[in-house]
Amino acid sequence: MDIQVQKVGIVSCSGEEIPEGTLCRLACRQALDERPGETVTICLPLFIAGGEEERTFAQNYPTITVDGCDKMCAAKATEMLSGKPSKSLSIPEILKKHGLTPPTKLRHFGPEEDAAVKAVAAEIAQAVDKVLEEA
Amino acid sequence: MGKKYKKVVVLPCSGIGKVYGALARETAYELVEKVRPGLATLTCLPLLVINDPEAVALVTENPVITIDGCPKDCAKKSVEAVGGRVAKAYEAIRFYKEHKDLKPEGIAEVNDTGRQLAQVAAAEIAPEVDKLAAGEEQ
Ligand code: SF4
Repeated sequence: MDIQVQKVGIVSCSGEEIPEGTLCRLACRQALDERPGETVTICLPLFIAGGEEERTFAQNYPTITVDGCDKMCAAKATEMLSGKPSKSLSIPEILKKHGLTPPTKLRHFGPEEDAAVKAVAAEIAQAVDKVLEEA
Repeated sequence: MGKKYKKVVVLPCSGIGKVYGALARETAYELVEKVRPGLATLTCLPLLVINDPEAVALVTENPVITIDGCPKDCAKKSVEAVGGRVAKAYEAIRFYKEHKDLKPEGIAEVNDTGRQLAQVAAAEIAPEVDKLAAGEEQ
């Protein structure tokens, strides 16, 4: 019998304009790097710029979206162009839950931003576990 | 001489899987924060994917320079998809090809060498920003 190891899609907004977008990108990258066998990602604009293969991403993988602000670009774009996400995470909500202050710079994160990156990456990892349990 | 602009939009792709996506992002930040602050501006590329009216207005009413991390050209295509015209499109790898002594590494963020390459790239793009702001169309 084939044992299928299901992968979970992680879609980061990676917003360029605000520090939370960079936090989103770094935390998603960390979560992806820590769970290489169970996670997969796609660059968000590929839903527009890519082909059929990219647009079926959320149909092929149960997907977790991670957004830097309440515009929720990753959640909306995934739902509009690919498929309904299994879970949508929001950076401001995660920071609030952990009592962490939002980052203030767009790039070159260091030790000051470490706690926020780790907290968001841990929330993503928990969401991956839940999605895999439910699959 | 065409219309003058107070803003030139510099848009990197939101690539999350490749070093040249990270280089594109770093180069855009270098332009916006250090090399042409106040003139070069950026927005979140995903806002174009969801058709956000303010972001769409920004890229349809101002000249746009895109910097993409791979040949899929997500930044360029996303601007075009909302009716914007890309005045100048770069692929980030070109800067490495021209400066082989500066090999960028890192996927989430580029390493120190990548930051140096981004400084070089931003300095090369800056005159294009100036030309576009002055209304000298490409
Ligand atoms: S969700 Fe917010 S931070 Fe993320 S891309 Fe959209 S506007 Fe930018």
